[in-house]
Amino acid sequence: MTGLLDRAGPGNRVGLLFRIVPPGLYAGRAHVLVERAFLVNRRAWLSVVSGFFEPVLFLLSLGFGFGKLVATVAGPGGPLPYAEFVAPALLAASAMNGAVFDTTYNLFFKFKYAKVYDAVLATPMGPVDIALGEATWALLRGGLYSAGFLAVMLGFGLVASPWALLALPACLLVAVAFAAVGMAATTFMRSWQDFDLVQLFVLPLFLFSTTFFPLAVYPPVLQTVVQFTPLYHAVELTRALTTGFVGWGLLVHVGYFLVMATIGGVVATKRLGRLLTA
Amino acid sequence: MPPNPHRLVPPNSARAALLVVEGLWAWYRRNWRATAISNFVQPVLFLLAMGVGFGSQVQPGDATGGLRYVVFLAPALIVTAAVQSAMFESTYAVFSAFRWQKTYLGIVSTPITPAQVLYGQLLWIALKLAAGATAFLLVAALLGAVTSPAAVFAVPFAVLSGMAFSAPVVAFTATREKPEAFTGLYRFVLIPMTLFTGAFFPISQLPGWLHPLAWVTPVWHGIELARGVSFGSLDPLPALGHIAYLAAVAAVGVVLARRYFHRRLAV
Repeated sequence: MTGLLDRAGPGNRVGLLFRIVPPGLYAGRAHVLVERAFLVNRRAWLSVVSGFFEPVLFLLSLGFGFGKLVATVAGPGGPLPYAEFVAPALLAASAMNGAVFDTTYNLFFKFKYAKVYDAVLATPMGPVDIALGEATWALLRGGLYSAGFLAVMLGFGLVASPWALLALPACLLVAVAFAAVGMAATTFMRSWQDFDLVQLFVLPLFLFSTTFFPLAVYPPVLQTVVQFTPLYHAVELTRALTTGFVGWGLLVHVGYFLVMATIGGVVATKRLGRLLTA
Repeated sequence: MPPNPHRLVPPNSARAALLVVEGLWAWYRRNWRATAISNFVQPVLFLLAMGVGFGSQVQPGDATGGLRYVVFLAPALIVTAAVQSAMFESTYAVFSAFRWQKTYLGIVSTPITPAQVLYGQLLWIALKLAAGATAFLLVAALLGAVTSPAAVFAVPFAVLSGMAFSAPVVAFTATREKPEAFTGLYRFVLIPMTLFTGAFFPISQLPGWLHPLAWVTPVWHGIELARGVSFGSLDPLPALGHIAYLAAVAAVGVVLARRYFHRRLAV
C-alpha cells in the first residue's frame, strides 16, 4: 500500500501516463533525471556547446566550398543554389546524429558501465521515468542545436520562407523518432563491440539520403529504396520548410516519424523495463 | 659458469617494439569487429557518396584539374581517411591503454621500457593505417576512380601524413587524465582539417587568410603528395619539402611522446 502512496507525487497532481502505466514502472518523477543530466553536463558545458559547431563547419565547407563546384541542383521547387540545398539536409542529419549517439553510446555507457540506472532504480523511480527523462534531456539539447543551426542559416541568407520556423519542431519530431529507435536498438547491444554497427546504419543514412545530391542521381530502383529510409523523409521535410515549397504531402513525412517513434518507443520501454528490473 | 636460463635479457628496442605490436595484434584479432566498419567501410561510403553521387553534379573543370570529380577526390580521401583513423587510434585507443584497460602498465612491468611501448604503439598505428589505405585503394580502383598505377604510392604518403598527425596526438593523449579534450580535438582540429585542406575542393576557393592554416596541417601536405603522385604532376623539390615537413612533425611528436610516456609509465 505504501507503494501506492509513494507514487502519488507532490500535491497528488498525477497525469494520464501515471494512471495507465503499471505500478513500479513509473513514479512521475522523470524531471529529476533531467535535473541530473543538467548537473552532470554543467561541468562539461564546453563539449556540449561545441556540438553546435560541427554542422556549422560542414555547412561552411559544403555550402561555400562545394558551392563553387556546383552552381545549382534540383530542389523541391526547381533549381536551387547548392548551399540552400544542403543546409536543411545538414539540419535534419544533425538532429538524427545527436539523437542516435545520445541514445546508443551515451545510454549504453550509463546503463552498462557507469550503472547510473541501477542507482536510479534504487529510488522510487521506474524504467518509464528513465526513458522519459533521458528522452527529454536529449530533446532539450537537440532542440538547442537545431535552433542555433537555423539561426546560422538565417545569418547566411539560406532561409527562404517563414515556414522555416516549423523546421524546429520538425527536427524535434525527427529526433524523437530516432531517439526511440536508437534506445530500442541499444537494448539489443551486448557489448561495446556492437557499437560499430550503429555506424553501419547512421553513416549510409547521412551520406545517401539526398543529403548532398538530389534523388534523380540514383537509378530508379535505388530511388525507391532511398524513399523508404527515414533520413530521406527528414531531409525532404526540412528542405521543403526552409525553401518554402510546402504542401499537404509533407504530412506523409510527419506520419512516417510518428509511426517510427511509436514503434521504437514501445519496443524500448518494454525491453528496457525487462533489462533494468531483471 | 653456464648462463642462467632464468635471467631476463632486456630485448633491444626493435624487438621490444615488435613484441608490443604482437601484443596489440593478439588483442585486435579478437576485437577487430569493433572498428572494422569505421576503419574500412566508412571511407568507401564517403567515396561513393561524395565522389560518385555528389561528383555527378560537378562539371570537370579548372577546380578539379579537368578530371572527373571521383578521380580528383580518391587520392585525397586516402589521406583524410588515414588521418581520421589516426585520430581514434591516437586518442581513445591510447588513453584506454593508459587508463581503462591499463595495457601499458602491464607491459612496463616487464623489461620493456616506456619508450619502447611508444615505438610499438606507433608502429601498430602505422600498420593499421597502411592496411586501411591499401583496402581503400583497392575499392577505389574497382570503382574506376584510380587512373594510374602510380596511385599505389599514395598509400605510403597517406601513412606518413597520418603518422605526422598521430605522433603529436599520442603525446597529447599521454598527458591527459580524462578523455574530455578529445571531443574538442575532433571538432575543432580534425573536422576542419579534413574539410578545409583541399580534399573536396581546392583551397584557392577559400579566403586568403585561411591558406596558412591549411599549410600547417599534415593533411594538406599529404593531399598534395598523394594527388601529385597519382596524377603524375609531382615535382621532386616540392615533394621533398612536403615529406621533410611531415617527417619533422612526426619526429617532434615522437620526442614529446617519449618524454610523456616516460613520465607517466617509468617506475
